[in-house]
Amino acid sequence: MEEIGNLFHGFATVLAFRDMNIFGVTMAIPFNVILMVIGIVLGIIIGILPGLGGANGVAILLPLTFSMQPTSAIILLSCIYWGALFGGAITSILFNIPGEPWSVATTFDGYPMAQQGRAGEALTAAFTSSFVGALFAIILITLLAPLVAGFALRFGAAEKFAVYFLAFCSFVGLSKEPPFKTLAAMMIGFALATIGTDQITGQLRLTFGFTELIAGFDFLIAVIGLFGIGEILLTMEEGLSFKGRDAKMNMKVVVQTWGKLVKYWWLSLRSCIIGCWMGITPAGATPASFMSYGIAKRISKNGKNFGNGEIEGVVAPETAAHAAGTSALLPMLALGVPGSPTAAVLLGGLLIWNLQPGPMLFVENKEFVWGLIASMYLGNVVGLIIVLTCVPLLASILRIPFGIIAPVILVFCAIGAYTVHNNFFDVIMMYVFGILGYVLKKCQYPMAPLVLAMVLGDRAEEAFRQALITSEGSFGVFFENGLVSTIMTLGLIALFWSVISAGISRIRGSAPATAA
Amino acid sequence: MSGDRNSAAKGPSQRSVEIGLALLILVFGLIIIGGALKAGIGWSFDGPKAGFFPFYVGLLVIAAALITLFNEWSNKETKKIFAEWDQLKQVLSVAAPTLVYVIAIAFLGIYVSSAILIAYFMTVISSFSVVRTALVAILVPLITFFVFEKWFLVALPKGPLETFLGY
Repeated sequence: MEEIGNLFHGFATVLAFRDMNIFGVTMAIPFNVILMVIGIVLGIIIGILPGLGGANGVAILLPLTFSMQPTSAIILLSCIYWGALFGGAITSILFNIPGEPWSVATTFDGYPMAQQGRAGEALTAAFTSSFVGALFAIILITLLAPLVAGFALRFGAAEKFAVYFLAFCSFVGLSKEPPFKTLAAMMIGFALATIGTDQITGQLRLTFGFTELIAGFDFLIAVIGLFGIGEILLTMEEGLSFKGRDAKMNMKVVVQTWGKLVKYWWLSLRSCIIGCWMGITPAGATPASFMSYGIAKRISKNGKNFGNGEIEGVVAPETAAHAAGTSALLPMLALGVPGSPTAAVLLGGLLIWNLQPGPMLFVENKEFVWGLIASMYLGNVVGLIIVLTCVPLLASILRIPFGIIAPVILVFCAIGAYTVHNNFFDVIMMYVFGILGYVLKKCQYPMAPLVLAMVLGDRAEEAFRQALITSEGSFGVFFENGLVSTIMTLGLIALFWSVISAGISRIRGSAPATAA
Repeated sequence: MSGDRNSAAKGPSQRSVEIGLALLILVFGLIIIGGALKAGIGWSFDGPKAGFFPFYVGLLVIAAALITLFNEWSNKETKKIFAEWDQLKQVLSVAAPTLVYVIAIAFLGIYVSSAILIAYFMTVISSFSVVRTALVAILVPLITFFVFEKWFLVALPKGPLETFLGY
């Protein structure tokens, strides 16, 4: 079991002490562990605050890691991601305000529980489920990612493009937004990615004579604008007023709730599987949480009581959301295709630290990959402990009035946008993306495919053109052998999934007469 | 101004915004196609030219925009509004000062502009006391300054005040 050895090596990397000069005194400190705790606390705060989410929180902080070692940087940033996943649940349950889209489903039963004075129980259930979901996904990553990466090493340009094709088709087929709006958002992303210098020929394109456009649009700017500024504008429109419930958390509540949760092991397992499936195919955490909630409601014998404070209604979406959010890193690491916007930002980080995401990472940067995987295990344990012990403190952050939070977030967004390239033009673009994000979101254009297309645009184009070069322009190359045509066919199935599933249910609908 | 009697339910219709947005996306697609044609969409001796990929992306943008446009155009029943005028006023009350802030960064530097933005928000949009406002408006940029310029050695845009103070 080479992987186990690698994993333990990863733990050693994370837990290693490093000599640091603090106020003139040289001390050996567990640098990566400290980063982990900082990351998680920052992440929880980001998850709690409206207008700051996992994706743009990581995007804003990414420039600060430019000078760090990649392993330390990814530990910090991925821990922000775990923290944001945890933090979303706090606002959902105590304030009925989902801090993140994937915690919307948690409000359905979490907030009623808090109203009935069972906030502690709901929070414990949410955090524990999150932890279980994440742990399941991490184990899956540990076992599967090296295999997938090993398999993907054999991929040529055509197969690489086919994987991107599959990822993007899944978006169109599985997203709950109108398919042509998803397509439009995605293609806008691809188009923005092509602006600037062509990676292959070095030729300038689509710059229309503007020197600012030569370097192209950085997706980090788009993320900060779309998710940060856009979100603040949406929040302003809704006119937030925080009316929170108090959370009484103590060890007694925690242990009692744990006792109850054991009974729901099958629900947890099912939610884990739904979450991992939705996370690896880039549907993401949000649909995963809704789907898991919906299925739990249909299957559970308390299904009718869902929405009135049923603990199962908290367990199902939280488990699935975390399983999805975590497993989204599997395709990012193994194939270079991120499963969620935040994973996309992390992938952008890899590129900035001069690491090529994808199967070669497992060969060339073992320490980095296994350090990251080990930090996922440790990060989620640390996260669980922090959220279980600090909820009242964390909830008080939401009592800071929006009038203070909003301008401070705007300032952070501007700083984040500027530091990406030390370019003032980027700050202007961030603003433009912010306005655009507000309107797009109000019109149900999904943001995730736009961002993913911006991140992957260059790589998808490169694979596409290289495949065509080898085939001298024949599109037959994408159906040349069994492997590539299987992936392409899966992509087409995903693309037309809504049509296919409608067809299946129609056949089923007419079938029961004969089946019975 | 919208009528006072029923202003709560008035605003631009969702349909008109959708159509406007689809048209905007359509124009964007056309620009991309134009740029791609200029870069060359055919083949050269070393493979597809630079405009090859963007050209097809542009075609898909246009196709998606046209279909969305058609869907929204024929969808005449829904009377849904995009947002109420009052809500849009709220949004504008943030969007407008933020634009001024973004432009001000070029002239005043990020620290002074940030202080002004925070002060504006806390006094004009919300109503905090002068003392609290001053505290937040001064402390946030100051802490930012130390974190970025001192700890992480990241230089942010500076203006006349920083030059005066010798940075």
